Amino acid sequence: MSAKHVNPTRMELTRLKKKLATATKGHKLLKDKRDELMRQFLTLVRENKALREKVEAGIREANQHFVLARAGMSQEALNVALMTPKQEVYLEAKTKNVMSVDIPVFEYSTRTPDPNDIYSYGFAFTSADLDGAVKRLADILPDMLRLAECEKSCQLMAAEIEKTRRRVNALEHVVIPETQENIRYITMKLDENERSSQTRLMKVKDMMLEEAHHYSSRYQD
Amino acid sequence: MYKIAVMGDQDSIYGFAALGLEPFSITDPKEAGRKLRELAEGGYAVIYITEALAAQIEQEIDRYAEAGLPAVILIPGASGNTGRGMMAVKKSVEQAVGSDIIFNGQ
Repeated sequence: MSAKHVNPTRMELTRLKKKLATATKGHKLLKDKRDELMRQFLTLVRENKALREKVEAGIREANQHFVLARAGMSQEALNVALMTPKQEVYLEAKTKNVMSVDIPVFEYSTRTPDPNDIYSYGFAFTSADLDGAVKRLADILPDMLRLAECEKSCQLMAAEIEKTRRRVNALEHVVIPETQENIRYITMKLDENERSSQTRLMKVKDMMLEEAHHYSSRYQD
Repeated sequence: MYKIAVMGDQDSIYGFAALGLEPFSITDPKEAGRKLRELAEGGYAVIYITEALAAQIEQEIDRYAEAGLPAVILIPGASGNTGRGMMAVKKSVEQAVGSDIIFNGQ
């Protein structure tokens, strides 16, 4: 069944045996990697789902307040109120290596430590709903950043799992059976050669004995 | 030091300005694609984008799915939640596991 032609030589046999050992070892390692990646991915994706539900609910709530704020204030006043933000968010991105996937780890810091700096406007001319909306967004911000980290990790891990799974399958269903088949073919061929030379030698021996002693003519007498 | 951007229609994103995220009010898909590329190369680690806008520039976003940074994250806009963000999570489960085992077909 071997698709490619292999030379039935001892050298080729040794080479194939080495290849089979490497492939088997690689297959085992990759399989372990896939299983571990999958385990971590599943915990992460569950967290991702929970976070996303929370963030989406939080943003929906904030948006409801924004709509109210919009209704209670003029467009200009709203724009002016949010035109010059006092607060800034800085993000520090590191990477963590999980089973050879570099997943991001975010740490954020704000420009000022005062949590009230999210209100970039005077309270005199703005609607109270705006405060509520901004507060709700500020509350959800840590979760939003965690969501970003989590979702990105999930995407990266999903890609890596897919790649690893393909490799495992290729080794399991193509490389290893093909190598085993080739090894069997060479072994059989070599055995066959050996048997054929054995019989040839026996035959030659018979012929030489016949030559020397003339058995056949002697027994005829 | 990285920054955080928020892209989408004006109504959905202006609140984020108060927190110190940078809002980019865009509704045109072509413009959005260009802006996304610009932001991705301009030191933004996280780009939040409204689901409504993301639906129009899907290809641009998919390009960043398997790259390291930035993380492009969908958020619901003022007009409501379209469920696209959850779909993205579901998609990565399907990619990894082969079938959807977390959401059970919800």
